[in-house]
Amino acid sequence: MGCGTSIATEPQGMALETGKPMKAAILIQGWYRRYMARLEMRRRYTWNIFQSIEYAGEQDQLQLSSFFSFMLDNFTHLNGSGPDLISQLLDPVVDPWLGRETCYELIPVSESYSGPRISFPLSISHTNSLLNAFKEHQTLHARYALQLLWETKKLLKQMPNIVHMSTSYAKEITICGDLHGHLDDLLLIFYKNGLPSADTPYVFNGDFVDRGKQSTEVVLILFAYLLLYPNHMHLNRGNHEDHIMNLRYGFTKEVMQKYKTHGREILQLFQDVFSLLPIATVIDSKVLIVHGGISDQTDLDFLNSIERHKVKSALRLPRCSLEQLDVSQPYKQATSQRSAHSPRPGSSHSRRQRTRTQTKRKRHHGLSHQDSASSSSSSSSSSSQCSPRTPSCLSPRPCYSSPSVPFSTDVLQVPFLDSLASLPPPSPPRVEREWKQMVDVLWSDPKPQDGCSPNIFRGGGCYYGPDITQRLLRHHGYQLLIRSHECKQEGYEICHGGHVITIFSASNYYEEGSNRGAYVKLGQDLLPRFYQYQVSRTTRKLTLTQRVRAAEGSALRALQEKLFSHRSELLTGFLPYDHNNTGCVSVSEWAQVLETVLRLDLPWRTLRPHLARLAPDGSVEYLSCFDYMGPGLQLPQVTPNLTETLVRYRTDLELIFNIIDKDHSGLISLDEFRHTWRLFSAHLGVALDDGAIDALARSIDFNKDGSIDFTEFLEAFRVVHKLDNKDH
Amino acid sequence: MADDLERAEIIVTEVHKKINDAFEVFDHDLNKTVDVREIGAIVRSLGCFPTEAELLDIIDERPPNVLLLKVEEPSGFICFERFLPTMSKILMEHKFRPIPEDMLLTAFEVLDRQKKGHLEPDELTDYMRQGNEPFTHLEMEEMLSSAVDPDSNLIYYKDFVNTMVLDGER
Repeated sequence: MGCGTSIATEPQGMALETGKPMKAAILIQGWYRRYMARLEMRRRYTWNIFQSIEYAGEQDQLQLSSFFSFMLDNFTHLNGSGPDLISQLLDPVVDPWLGRETCYELIPVSESYSGPRISFPLSISHTNSLLNAFKEHQTLHARYALQLLWETKKLLKQMPNIVHMSTSYAKEITICGDLHGHLDDLLLIFYKNGLPSADTPYVFNGDFVDRGKQSTEVVLILFAYLLLYPNHMHLNRGNHEDHIMNLRYGFTKEVMQKYKTHGREILQLFQDVFSLLPIATVIDSKVLIVHGGISDQTDLDFLNSIERHKVKSALRLPRCSLEQLDVSQPYKQATSQRSAHSPRPGSSHSRRQRTRTQTKRKRHHGLSHQDSASSSSSSSSSSSQCSPRTPSCLSPRPCYSSPSVPFSTDVLQVPFLDSLASLPPPSPPRVEREWKQMVDVLWSDPKPQDGCSPNIFRGGGCYYGPDITQRLLRHHGYQLLIRSHECKQEGYEICHGGHVITIFSASNYYEEGSNRGAYVKLGQDLLPRFYQYQVSRTTRKLTLTQRVRAAEGSALRALQEKLFSHRSELLTGFLPYDHNNTGCVSVSEWAQVLETVLRLDLPWRTLRPHLARLAPDGSVEYLSCFDYMGPGLQLPQVTPNLTETLVRYRTDLELIFNIIDKDHSGLISLDEFRHTWRLFSAHLGVALDDGAIDALARSIDFNKDGSIDFTEFLEAFRVVHKLDNKDH
Repeated sequence: MADDLERAEIIVTEVHKKINDAFEVFDHDLNKTVDVREIGAIVRSLGCFPTEAELLDIIDERPPNVLLLKVEEPSGFICFERFLPTMSKILMEHKFRPIPEDMLLTAFEVLDRQKKGHLEPDELTDYMRQGNEPFTHLEMEEMLSSAVDPDSNLIYYKDFVNTMVLDGER
């Protein structure tokens, strides 16, 4: 009992009663330091929760996309969904209307339009009026938006894949990272650092759109400055400048909401423009700037020679290569084994299980974890394959070729995704190589250990170690790699012995107060200088305690939602430990079940007080971890656990729906609904008969007119917090 | 007897897992090392109240068997293998036990000599700058930012103690 040697020597009560302020001060110091330590702990795990959930989402996205690609490449093999539907999934037909370059001229701008009016070539007064209009929450008229995009497209066509800049023309070059539709951050950067100009050149390193609410404004401003100062403003492509990513992460939806009538044309143009964005920028032949990074395969000379616009999406896989067909005996065994099991409800998590095992490898290499056996095989697969084919091609290989890996039969029941490798015809090697080189540059993250391994955490790109960085830099005589792609608490981070800088410019990315934003400036000495900032919506500065509490709250809610959406699996997991049907398991067992089912590497014991109640005997009342959440609306249970499945996969489902709903009307016919659902259940491996689907469709066609408002439908499955009001 | 042994083993395993959990939160590179400067946060978040000096001892302690480890510890980092035995010992022996909450309030009351129910920011700063391990400028700034009532510019310590206790114990 004591807060240190000084006090522990005598009873504290006495010490204080004698009124020695010194003792009291020391006691408060000790208490406060522990309080801050706890706060720091909470800040960290909050971060871990946000990041795990974010990357798990990216994995889902890649899973879904590889499934689409499989469908697209093989639709003749499938019954049920006709080619019409499939072919429009990922290769939108080019609208002839868009061929006419001056189409925007036909769009009338009414007298009553009070927003900014621009003409080309753009002048400073135009960009100023754009900035002001966006500050006032005005929208640029579709006519001008289209024209701006057309001009941007024309300009970008002339740009090389790798842009070279020099510090000799300006004193300093400013480099910004991910903005993700955070207009306030962009405006703050301009305010602090000056508007783009010949004297203030900028490089924006990708991920301008998605997630934030003002992606359209951000990207239009950037394009306007690009047109105004083509030699002093450079935009690198990021992994979110990708029309399939945009379907999931909000940009598509945002554009359709802001441009109701011409949204489709605008989106189509964005897609073109995104694919024309340069891949990399090099400063003074010494500093390489790319969005994600590199892999051991990255070849800048090759990248410089490709036709970059052909890579429309990192998620639209080219037809699979010979390399993947070259999977001999072990793979075939696995395939046949898999087909022997028919997908059953509840097995839908199996794909995660596999990915998770791989994640484990990274997270716990060389440690005495129970499943450390799986850590052995990672090296065999690592260097040659670094692409988001992970779900379909990457992960199965090392597993199947290594019999020592203890996989449960569950893992083999993945529908479709894995069989991708065995069916499609090989693609021209060059196309595949171009695509893969692009993906590595846009998706990869650095890691502290040497070597190159697939980025299983995200599901795409790879992890590159300091040796990979060294090799590439030395080869080209470069000294520094600047990349973005990962949110950092301080807005930037330096790694690989100072040779790699991560720069991230969207502050409050996960949650108000979660992180700062930063930009970096390089002068002729090429020594990076960092500038940090944080956009604040409140006038009163929040204390650390308040910030941590807010962020923690929203992270925990996201986590509770995850728990809810895996309810039945978790319950199945708890059952074997609950011998006497008491509804209680030990803390250790509870943590183990969560870890196994959710595949999120989180400090469950530390989080336990926020997620579940303890019984008087110290065990966990496991049902209490579902107490926080409930579905927004009670729907008829046409099939067991349907609600839970929908809650879990609503983002996937929304994405499929967005593709099918080509005119983005938000309405689909019952027939289309059935198609969506069939695709979806095939993807998940959830066996649902047509009768159940029809029943579901009828139950949600509230006005019986044969069409379904899908957005509303999905809203019904947004889980809500029962205690939301109580919490705040 | 066998039961006791079993129970002891379970307790030890739980303690190890708890430490591992806390350690992992700070293990950014996922290579089972943490920055020396974060050891304080880990030890304290596990419920301990060591002084700064005692923290340094923890950091410097090298259990004998660990000296034989072949693991090369990067300077400025502590690896898990080294931390685990030291920390387990601390937890098992209940060292650096928590100070009860009411003591914290009593301590503030001692500082509030006129029993006004509040302290001036300067007053508190003076006290916190005392002792063998006075607050750094940063610590003081952060403490004031959460302790001072922005309207009256006073520290109503009863409220502040409540915040600390509630947030710490949840």
